[in-house]
Amino acid sequence: MAAIEILGLEKTYSVGFWIKRPKRALHPLHLKVEDGEIFGFLGPNGAGKTTTLKLLMGLVFPTAGSARLLGKEWTDPEVKAQIGFLPEQPYFYDHLTAHELLNYYAQLSGVPAKERSRRVAATLERVGLRNVQGVQLRKFSKGMLQRVGIAQAILHEPKLVFFDEPMSGLDPMGRREVRDLIEQLKHEGKTVFFSTHILSDAEALCDRVAIIHQGEVRTIGAVADLTSSVQGKIEVIWQGTRVPASMKALGSECHVTGDTVRAILDESQQDAAIDALRRERLKLIALTPVRTSLESYFVEKLQRAETSAASTV
Amino acid sequence: MNARIVHIASNTFREAVRDRVLYNLIAFAVLLSGAAILVGQISIDIEKLVVINLGLTAVSLFGIVIAIFIGIGLVSKEIEKRTLYTVLSRPVRRWEFIVGKFFGLAGTLVVNTFFMAIGVFAALFYVSHKFVRADALILVALYFIILEFFIICSLALLFSSFSSPLLSAVFAFSLFVIGSFAEDLRGFAGMAHGVTRWLATGAAYLVPNFSAFNVISSIAHEQPVASQLILNNTVYALFYAAMALSGAVLIFENRNLK
Repeated sequence: MAAIEILGLEKTYSVGFWIKRPKRALHPLHLKVEDGEIFGFLGPNGAGKTTTLKLLMGLVFPTAGSARLLGKEWTDPEVKAQIGFLPEQPYFYDHLTAHELLNYYAQLSGVPAKERSRRVAATLERVGLRNVQGVQLRKFSKGMLQRVGIAQAILHEPKLVFFDEPMSGLDPMGRREVRDLIEQLKHEGKTVFFSTHILSDAEALCDRVAIIHQGEVRTIGAVADLTSSVQGKIEVIWQGTRVPASMKALGSECHVTGDTVRAILDESQQDAAIDALRRERLKLIALTPVRTSLESYFVEKLQRAETSAASTV
Repeated sequence: MNARIVHIASNTFREAVRDRVLYNLIAFAVLLSGAAILVGQISIDIEKLVVINLGLTAVSLFGIVIAIFIGIGLVSKEIEKRTLYTVLSRPVRRWEFIVGKFFGLAGTLVVNTFFMAIGVFAALFYVSHKFVRADALILVALYFIILEFFIICSLALLFSSFSSPLLSAVFAFSLFVIGSFAEDLRGFAGMAHGVTRWLATGAAYLVPNFSAFNVISSIAHEQPVASQLILNNTVYALFYAAMALSGAVLIFENRNLK
């Protein structure tokens, strides 16, 4: 069963004070996310990522289209009990302490009273806020609020979790912890859908990604497929600081870093490079195909979209 | 009552209680009661009259200010700060949110009125050194004041569901002032002719009739209140508040939270 099935959701806003003009925030979106997947929703700021999430959460109403979450209509309140949502740059009731806030959300999510206390304590522990659970949220830093946001999204043990820019405001340690947490959620069998413009996070975590730009999905695919699309090069690394003439003759670009040398060659010269290193009695450390990064793919995709948009004007 | 409404109401109540402005207003009310005592002491034989008049008027005014001050931000502030996102993404229906907010604010005002009423009775005991049977009528005036609060709360919520806090405050306060003169407006409608009569009559029945709730002066003079008036005011206030809340729900149900 698909955890998320978006069937042509689209959103057009009316803008302007006196004369209203339509502004399309999201073109008809068709998307399917399988159960247990980590799905990345990538795009630059203003691409339509947050609009999509708001539509799925029922915070804004679509101009057309529908969606199914966990096999049911996305507006069904029963479905919402099985969904967790972290909005972008979350803000919470700052008169409450972290413990009180989570308890309130647990009540609203229908967590049974006898289980509530244990669940709140365990979630606070999980996001590293146990020692500040009695402090009012108005005294929390941005990073701590982000942790509270993640805690409230997973508190009621949802089957499907939506994160809007989950790494926002976190320091490197915090980002690492959130990455680990998302991986744990996957191991627990949950589906995670997260929007981000930090591509390294998506590359490290996601099974599949969609790239959205100007309200339109440009690509959907597995990260491995997208990042292996530019091929034909290999990376050779050997120990030492010496670059033999035979390697230079292969036309490789060689870079010496510390006590290793790194060379990029055409794939066809792989055997010749191995032979050359063997002859020179140099120790081969690694030989790997060069894959394009998700970032390069993303930039290329957006540039192409902008070029085609400019040419049609 | 629906459990989610109770949780939203209790969170609204807790927020209001933890809001320092609320404490300041209570302090002001206490100060005003103190002033009533002072005026009572310099008045001759009418200390009780002055204390009841001033005390109940203070209870009413401070409550109205609190109702408008908090009520106007109940929905718009939640949208602006986006605290609503994490509530409505749960199994909470939009109407439950509005009704929960209403009960939270109404509950705050009832508790607030209870403490201010203690202040009024304490001031009364201070000037007359005893309670008489007629003093129980003060409870009727307090009940009417609470009914007024219900109407104001629902109106503040209605305006808050589609307007900014500033405009909501202007609308709610204007309606309170106009509603306080609703009887005069109805009198004017009776004297007018043609289209003006229709418009004035429509406006007179649309604005809340707060003048029917003001029995402070007659109670200060120990005049009894007809049980029919108590019944009428109860039905009227509940009906009016329900209509305003329905309007708020209707607007909020269709609102995009940008």
